[in-house]
Amino acid sequence: MSTGESGRDRDPGVLEPGTPATPQAAGRGSRLFGGRAVLISTTSTIVFLVVIAVIVALAPGSSIVGERFFSGFHLRQAIFGTPGTPSVVGAFFLNVRIFMIAEVLILALALVVAVVRSIPGPAFFPLRALAVAYTDLGRGVPLILVLYMIGFGVPGLGLQFFSSRSDVTYGIVALVLVYSAYVTEVYRAGIDSVHDSQVAAARALGLSRYKTMRFVVLPQAIRRVIPPLLNDFIGLQKDTALVSVLGSVEAARAAQIYGASQFNYASYVVAAVLFIAMTIPLARFTDHLIERDRRRRHVGAVT
Amino acid sequence: MDTRRIVVAALATGLLLASCAEEQATSPGSSGDGQQQSCATKDLPLFEPGTLTVATDDPAFPPWFEGPRRDYNGGYEGDLAAEVADRLGLPLEWVTEPFNKSYAPGQKDYDFDINQISITPERDQVVDFSDGYFNNNQGILALEGTPITDATTVEDLKGYQLGTQVGTTSLNFINTVIQPEAGAKTFDTTNDAKSALDAGQIDALVTDLVTTVYLRDFEIKGSVVVGQYPTDEQFGMLFEQGNPLGECVNKALSEIKSDGTLKKLQDKWLQDYLSVPTVTDS
Repeated sequence: MSTGESGRDRDPGVLEPGTPATPQAAGRGSRLFGGRAVLISTTSTIVFLVVIAVIVALAPGSSIVGERFFSGFHLRQAIFGTPGTPSVVGAFFLNVRIFMIAEVLILALALVVAVVRSIPGPAFFPLRALAVAYTDLGRGVPLILVLYMIGFGVPGLGLQFFSSRSDVTYGIVALVLVYSAYVTEVYRAGIDSVHDSQVAAARALGLSRYKTMRFVVLPQAIRRVIPPLLNDFIGLQKDTALVSVLGSVEAARAAQIYGASQFNYASYVVAAVLFIAMTIPLARFTDHLIERDRRRRHVGAVT
Repeated sequence: MDTRRIVVAALATGLLLASCAEEQATSPGSSGDGQQQSCATKDLPLFEPGTLTVATDDPAFPPWFEGPRRDYNGGYEGDLAAEVADRLGLPLEWVTEPFNKSYAPGQKDYDFDINQISITPERDQVVDFSDGYFNNNQGILALEGTPITDATTVEDLKGYQLGTQVGTTSLNFINTVIQPEAGAKTFDTTNDAKSALDAGQIDALVTDLVTTVYLRDFEIKGSVVVGQYPTDEQFGMLFEQGNPLGECVNKALSEIKSDGTLKKLQDKWLQDYLSVPTVTDS
């Protein structure tokens, strides 16, 4: 939608979507195109939205679709809940909780696996093989299957401690297992991006392998992969909804309950808005980090 | 210059689409409103002329449906739909409609949906229901030897973890009648709820009585039906709101009831399912 997106790398004067059109911003780039680009992008955005709105408003079923998805009465009921149906907003706190706990565990587990995968030396082959097998499996098996296997399989085993956890716990474990496999690869990309000469230099200075990893490689690696990491976490935020297959009522499930009880989809709109409200700040933050990193590297190139 | 051309093109496309949409709007609503619907076979307002198109969810379960998938040749609802088609003088065609889609806005691609859907006032505002064809009670299913099997009143059930399929009136029953301390667990399908019961993640599964008895007898070894609870719920066939065919189906249905056919179908398919102790309020 944005005309700024494609030209951003070449022309720093073209605005990112959502950035206010300040004179300085326009002035930074080519004076000729700056103002006009903003004008054109604004006009085309408005025209685009108007066309969509006109199509939707004139559609034969627009009033019934509006009633079924955006009825104020149903939006309110979905937000606050009814005696028979849970509040979608209240249920959303479960998503937030699952996300917070899973995120921390994923960051830790994935780092361990990534480091294990990059330990050199033939003696560590079994460990490396295990790490490779885990990332392959974790990324290949659908999350829903992992959820079922852990959520219904582990309690079915009848073990002492492991089989008597809550379904939310099993859900978090499944999310951590699957997402750590992705995040491991992100970390590994970061670790591989640190030039061998850095390791050689650190070793030459007398740092042990552990210290080289800890103080030379990882700090650089992690900084480089923060944007892709956050990208994965946006996916994780939405996938917290899948934990509901094990029984707990989170926002998407609460929306489904309301929808089936009242035959109305407004509850899904409420759930969607909540997810967006959680995702957009993280997405903007990611953009900010990418931008900062880019600027920093440019500065580095000049010096 | 290019931009201007694109803008013009976009506007034109939008208007074109909008005008097409308007034309469509006039066609479906124009017939049938207001006047009395004739129920002669040739006058029936059908989705597919010459055929009664009936929808249900896939998979469909006994004793509601028997026989091959989408070609049911028995079961209470299967036979009832066939009976309705027969009285309307039409051949019957089965199609699949997931429950969650059955209340989507827009035209339905079938004449009616028969899928153990309970009639409630909220739902009735959005779709049309036929008259009720089955009095649905809630049933509570648990594993043999677990403490919940001793429960005889609603009060006794409060302290347990109950689970049910999402989108069912059973959930409404749990939330409004039992009001368990731990809330209810909900599952996408009855199969998932069954797995949770097997795994001990829930103490009891609540669903309609017939399904609990079916699960007890054929699916979950060592399970018992703790009891049934009458909720005054009726199953109805689901029509698109304002579909004039509903009248004719109701006419056929009342014949099926008054000449004893419905009772016969119930005895044939459901008799074994309904003899379960009742859970009392206190």
